Amino acid sequence: MQRHSSTGPGSSLPVLVGEAEQVSKSFGETAALVDVSLNVRAGECHGLVGRNGAGKSTLVSLLTGLTRPDHGAIRLEGEPAPGLADRGAWLARVACVYQRSMVVPPLTVAENVFLNRPTGRGGQAVNWRRMRAEARELMLEWGFDVDVDQEAGRLTVEQRQIVEIARALSIGARFLILDEPTAALEKAAVERLFERVRRMREGGVGVLYISHHLEEIYEICDRVSVLRDGELVLSGDVSSVSQANLVAAMVGSAPPRRATEIEAVKLRVEPGETRLAVDHLVVFSRAGSVADVSLSVRAGECVGLVGLDGSGSATVADAVVGLMKPRSGAIAINGKPVRAGKVDSTLRRGVGYVPQDRHARGFAPQLGVAENLTLALLDRLARRLGLVAFAERDAIAERQVEKLQIVARSLQQPVSSLSGGNQQKVVVGRALAPDPTALVVVNPTVGVDVASKEALLDALGRARDQGVAVLLVSDDFEDLRVCTRLVVMVRGRIAAEFDRPPWDRQQLIAAVEGLEVAV
Amino acid sequence: MAEGAVERPAAGARPTPRRDPRLVVLNWFRELTLVPVIIVLLIAGAVVNPVFFTPSNLINVAEGGAALGMVVVAESLILLTGKFDISLQGTFGLAALLGAWLIAPKASEGLGTEWNPWIGLVIVLLVGLAVGTFNGFLVIKANFNAFIFTLAMSILLTGLQLGWLGGQTVYNLPEAYIYIGAESWVGVPVSVWITVATFVVAALFLRYHRAGRAMYAIGGNLEAARAAGIQVDRIRIGVFMVASILAAVGGLMQAGRVTAVTAGQGSNLIFGVFAAAVIGGISLDGGRGRMVGALTGVILLSLVTNILTLSNISSTWIDAVDGAIILIALGLAKLIGTERS
Repeated sequence: MQRHSSTGPGSSLPVLVGEAEQVSKSFGETAALVDVSLNVRAGECHGLVGRNGAGKSTLVSLLTGLTRPDHGAIRLEGEPAPGLADRGAWLARVACVYQRSMVVPPLTVAENVFLNRPTGRGGQAVNWRRMRAEARELMLEWGFDVDVDQEAGRLTVEQRQIVEIARALSIGARFLILDEPTAALEKAAVERLFERVRRMREGGVGVLYISHHLEEIYEICDRVSVLRDGELVLSGDVSSVSQANLVAAMVGSAPPRRATEIEAVKLRVEPGETRLAVDHLVVFSRAGSVADVSLSVRAGECVGLVGLDGSGSATVADAVVGLMKPRSGAIAINGKPVRAGKVDSTLRRGVGYVPQDRHARGFAPQLGVAENLTLALLDRLARRLGLVAFAERDAIAERQVEKLQIVARSLQQPVSSLSGGNQQKVVVGRALAPDPTALVVVNPTVGVDVASKEALLDALGRARDQGVAVLLVSDDFEDLRVCTRLVVMVRGRIAAEFDRPPWDRQQLIAAVEGLEVAV
Repeated sequence: MAEGAVERPAAGARPTPRRDPRLVVLNWFRELTLVPVIIVLLIAGAVVNPVFFTPSNLINVAEGGAALGMVVVAESLILLTGKFDISLQGTFGLAALLGAWLIAPKASEGLGTEWNPWIGLVIVLLVGLAVGTFNGFLVIKANFNAFIFTLAMSILLTGLQLGWLGGQTVYNLPEAYIYIGAESWVGVPVSVWITVATFVVAALFLRYHRAGRAMYAIGGNLEAARAAGIQVDRIRIGVFMVASILAAVGGLMQAGRVTAVTAGQGSNLIFGVFAAAVIGGISLDGGRGRMVGALTGVILLSLVTNILTLSNISSTWIDAVDGAIILIALGLAKLIGTERS
């Protein structure tokens, strides 16, 4: 593992730093990858794109030795891949910088760079002076600007990324996988990242660059490969692939009815008064910041807020219900401003909320279906001395169970023992039970079966028709069929608006990926 | 963490500065938060009772702190890796007891086997090793919750101690067995020498040994440590084993000091241990803290105990005052920023 002599840029290495040859991988019944071949040359940046679930992460775990392919072979630096148990050998050849940070906060930058590697004589002692000097030298060599004596916990997202890249380079890896490296970066930081990637490319490092933002692929990559449903559907020089072709490859040819249009909603009610108004909202968040977003939702309207992970669309929803404190801007519900950090008072004002992560915020797993469904209206059910009116509670719960077709043995069955689809129905039912005037819904159909999805979307559609103002945040295009208007967010800003259903899939995808809308 | 902070523009060949001396000073300052408190206590001690500043009393303080200190080192090591072990107090009592029981004559509540005292010493260490291994495997490999599991172990070990002795005290122990608790080198008790050496070795190990740094990495971000190829389970189990052995040695010191093992040795010790470690800056969340800090925590607690004994406070009130002083020290540590969680 001691390969410090070759840490500098410009060292000669095999032409192919990483290679997957006809690899296939299945998890149970699902084929995650089918017969995929892809290689990364030294000194090139290879873009990898594909929608969620296309098999990108599976390919990354094969290339980094976290799993073994069912068929096919992985080669690193021209040699067959080492055994899965030999972590050291993998780390010396390939590294992946994930979105989730892998630095150790209490340790210094230098220590993070040399994590688990000897720096002194004898292999066991830590030579601090040498470690710091080598880390500093490494940073200088690659043009990274991070103080090696800083505590890693105090670094910015960008600096943490640099530390992880530096760690990989110092071990000697010349094959670097960047998994959505720009998701949490601001614009200036993205530029600096590109500068670093170019520098590594010149130094003979091969980069596999995974991104949802196609314009980045055109800016920084030499070649691009597209995965769809576990298959490699396109691979070639970036200069020879047009944006339209790239999008077409990602989307594929769906069944004819859905090829271009997403089922449209029939407008039954004319939109009424404005229920929910967001004015020049600015929010900072690790999960995706919001930079100046204004929108309004009127009664009887369902506005779809569409964006990739990290685009800030979910953050808007969090801010609207008061979970996150905005930097600036105003949020009003029924004309009155929302107070940040007071979720309960927001909800009491007639807002129903379906949170993004149902396991974290959606339900109390050990409580029964009825209790969970009525959690939001406990004060309305409270009688003398604060005792809960159980009969009334069960009646309300029963109504929601019917409306949403929740499948449960009884109203008392713990929600933890329900299927994912039924759990989600309980969460949506909880939001609907108090008869809200506005609904804020985030990814309501993630991980649920087709039948549940229909039931959930129908329920949202009914609420809309009854005059509820619905803000639906989702990146699943199927969800958008209940919407009457779409707002697309890219990097914290509104990139496009569509106000006449039906929606054109191609245009929508192009907008979401941050491309010019190509017609 | 400044989310929106903009990094300085990427500099080309700008030489990176030497290690900022202010940073070094700040780090030490953070570790030595308690020093002013200790100075205040020293002054208070002198005011409370003129006996306080006599050499024999100060040695007495150090001796009292030695046994506690061993367990604090042990607990700190475990805390750094992000776990904890309540049963160290059980090991502290049971290991010393078992050794004593097998070597003491029947007349002084021993079993009557009257084994060689050296075998007794080996047994003390073996008990520590056995308990540590058991705890380590079940907490790390079998994934038992460390709090509830080691709490149960603690109750079990203390119960065994009481049951075996039937509430009696084993006394009249051979010289070799009580040597480290009863003898002195150049006027300072052997136990104090050993504890100080243990602190120094632990501090150097944590700072300069690969495994020591790996412990910080494990406590700081377990998944990152695993991804870096650190053998996280092996190290964490190893730490449990070492810690229990240290606690057993601490128990031996205590036994030597009073030249007997009582059925209650170690009871309620663990609260003081946690208090010393935490006010000394060892984070309960893992990955943060240094041995110097833990040492100041031990000194502080030992001084408090001594001063309270010397003062005229009624013995029934000592615990309350003890608790209040720990709370004040915690508040101070938080103010200065040692305990950030």
